[in-house]
Amino acid sequence: MQLATKDLLRLATIGSVDDGKSTLIGRLLVDTRQLFDDQLDAIAEASEKRGVGDLDLSFVTDGLRAEREQGITIDVAYRYATTPTRKFIIADCPGHVQYTSNMATGASTADLALVVLDVASGLKEQTRRHLCIAALLGVRSIIVAVNKMDAVDWSQLAFDRVVDEIVTLSRELDFTSVSIIPVSALLGDNVVESSNNLPWYDGPTVLDALESSEAGTWEHTTTQGARLPIQWVLRQPGGGRTYAGMVNGDTMHVGDRVTLLPANVETTITSINFGGDEIADATVGLAADLGLAAETNAGRGDLIATAPLPTVSNELKTTICWFGEKPLVVGQRLRLKHTSKVTPVRVKIINGVIDIAKLDIDDSTSLNTNDIGLATLQTADLLVVDDYRVNRVTGSFVLIDEATNATVAAGMVGHASFL
Amino acid sequence: MTTTPLRTSHTTDHLDLLESHAIFILREVVAECERPVLLFSGGKDSAVLLHLAVKAFAPQQLPFPVMHIDTGQNFPEVIDFRDATVERVGARLVVAKVQDSIDQGKVVDPGLMGSRNRLQTVTLLDAINDNNFDAAFGGARRDEDKARAKERILSFRDTFGQWDPRKQRPELWQLYQGKVNAGEHVRAFPLSDWTELDVWQYIERESMTVPDIYFAHDRDVVLRDGMYLAIGPFVAPRENETVERLTVRFRTVGDANCTGAVLSRASTLSAIIEEVALANVSERGATRADDKFSETAMEDRKREGYF
Repeated sequence: MQLATKDLLRLATIGSVDDGKSTLIGRLLVDTRQLFDDQLDAIAEASEKRGVGDLDLSFVTDGLRAEREQGITIDVAYRYATTPTRKFIIADCPGHVQYTSNMATGASTADLALVVLDVASGLKEQTRRHLCIAALLGVRSIIVAVNKMDAVDWSQLAFDRVVDEIVTLSRELDFTSVSIIPVSALLGDNVVESSNNLPWYDGPTVLDALESSEAGTWEHTTTQGARLPIQWVLRQPGGGRTYAGMVNGDTMHVGDRVTLLPANVETTITSINFGGDEIADATVGLAADLGLAAETNAGRGDLIATAPLPTVSNELKTTICWFGEKPLVVGQRLRLKHTSKVTPVRVKIINGVIDIAKLDIDDSTSLNTNDIGLATLQTADLLVVDDYRVNRVTGSFVLIDEATNATVAAGMVGHASFL
Repeated sequence: MTTTPLRTSHTTDHLDLLESHAIFILREVVAECERPVLLFSGGKDSAVLLHLAVKAFAPQQLPFPVMHIDTGQNFPEVIDFRDATVERVGARLVVAKVQDSIDQGKVVDPGLMGSRNRLQTVTLLDAINDNNFDAAFGGARRDEDKARAKERILSFRDTFGQWDPRKQRPELWQLYQGKVNAGEHVRAFPLSDWTELDVWQYIERESMTVPDIYFAHDRDVVLRDGMYLAIGPFVAPRENETVERLTVRFRTVGDANCTGAVLSRASTLSAIIEEVALANVSERGATRADDKFSETAMEDRKREGYF
């Protein structure tokens, strides 16, 4: 059987605890027949053991012992679904504040956020917070499932009230594509099957909306320039070298004029290879290797770019999500990983913490756990960066604790326009 | 509302994207870690992983060895495939034997017919220690099990080799960071986002070979705990069990005494793809006795340091 190739959509779920996020994903997987009989049996058995009814759909994704015992989601669960035309990678993210870093992990690679909220309580603080993080991480499309419609007697009035809240926040956060759908994850209304209980709604189901959203937006960007951060240098049999890395921003072609940065050497692409075979061009997302005309001593951490060129600097204005247990303070020394480059870094200035409720910056001079703030960083080595809003690959970095090697912050070059 | 103009110059084929992502991870870990190793069992997932590793570093030789944790209870076809594949790609093979752990008194011999599956963890962790490996590539996929669904692509292990699901490193964008202190290591899972179907479609697309036991063949089996086990040196019929000769294939390849066969007439790759696409029982559910002990069997084994 020759199955057609599919495109790939990555999505992250967002929602406050108890709004029914895991149940919605469970419903989506069950109703699109992604779960196998033995998995359903195991979920039914676990549900019975914990006295939570016949089939607790949240157990589909809450797989850890502690999660089932406490009835919460601690870490991102990755789930996979396929429809005839599309493969979905679903990052089911936790709703609790203390697991913000896990939520950011799930959202950082998402093309789209699937937001679940309870129609009776509307947009909770935690949902606002996660939508704000998703927006900062560059998610531009959201599908909002207004859940538990069964509990408000399928009331259009209750739904419309929540719609107003969402529309207002979506404008503030610059989401460009917003679908708002009344659902009951528990009963399945408007998740995969359209609902008979909502005669006043004639829009798409959650699955319809997922199938019609634009896929593959994660790697591509609005930059006009192609980028290849060098991961590894390959020695070719003839004695030459090629530079391996993943292409982003735009396609690279043999013959393209490129600049090797930060050395600022202008040269030409003489060959493009993939897996040992020569190809004519390398599209975004391809892990290729390039031959260059110039003799260079380029290596890991350097970047090959086409115009318009990125910025070369050792001082960065950044937005930082701080996950460390102790506060981040001015003068603190850490390690920074940006593309394939690792360098020591020092916090030069902290310009304040984002007030999620007001979408405003206060005048704090340190960042506590799970704070998002603005900071100026001084790096030991030169970095080659784009603004995050232009390129999510060359605009992102993580901060690493030098003693424990733990990842303690996610960082973005520049800051969002809504701040 | 307006839509940001998006460039169309990207590949959208899901196999191409999964392949490049895996190659990217392989290169990243090799660049950041001192002594990586690739865990190779001879099963289809590790065969795909090795194939991707060869592509990632072509035309050079693999910059790391491959390691098999040998329980001594393998299917002979799989060992033949292992040796032929390793020789073809010119890799260095390290074999760590569970029998050695038994002889050293570190684990208790479960007897000829007993399962050595869980004992592998001790052998694996000792081999990682003895060889000073600081990164081990594995072919595990998140769709296999609910505990694996929670694991990062780079999974940090402490000096006891343990996985702590509550202390996972945030893994944002594609910034994989594999730095560890002495005695610690990372497990890297480049196939995390692949499904069973993706693996078979890729094997077909790349014209790869896999062990014969994945294809339908006639075999003497007994039905035990709802699974067909192949009669052989490690599985003998018990009282009340009837040996039947049936047309079967294996969906996963583990130890001969805890890997069940499935009734199947799929004797070609395209028939397997069709079967997998239509299956209503999961891969591990159909075939792995080791996952059936408890609700969180995989999580418990992973916490101890299992694959």
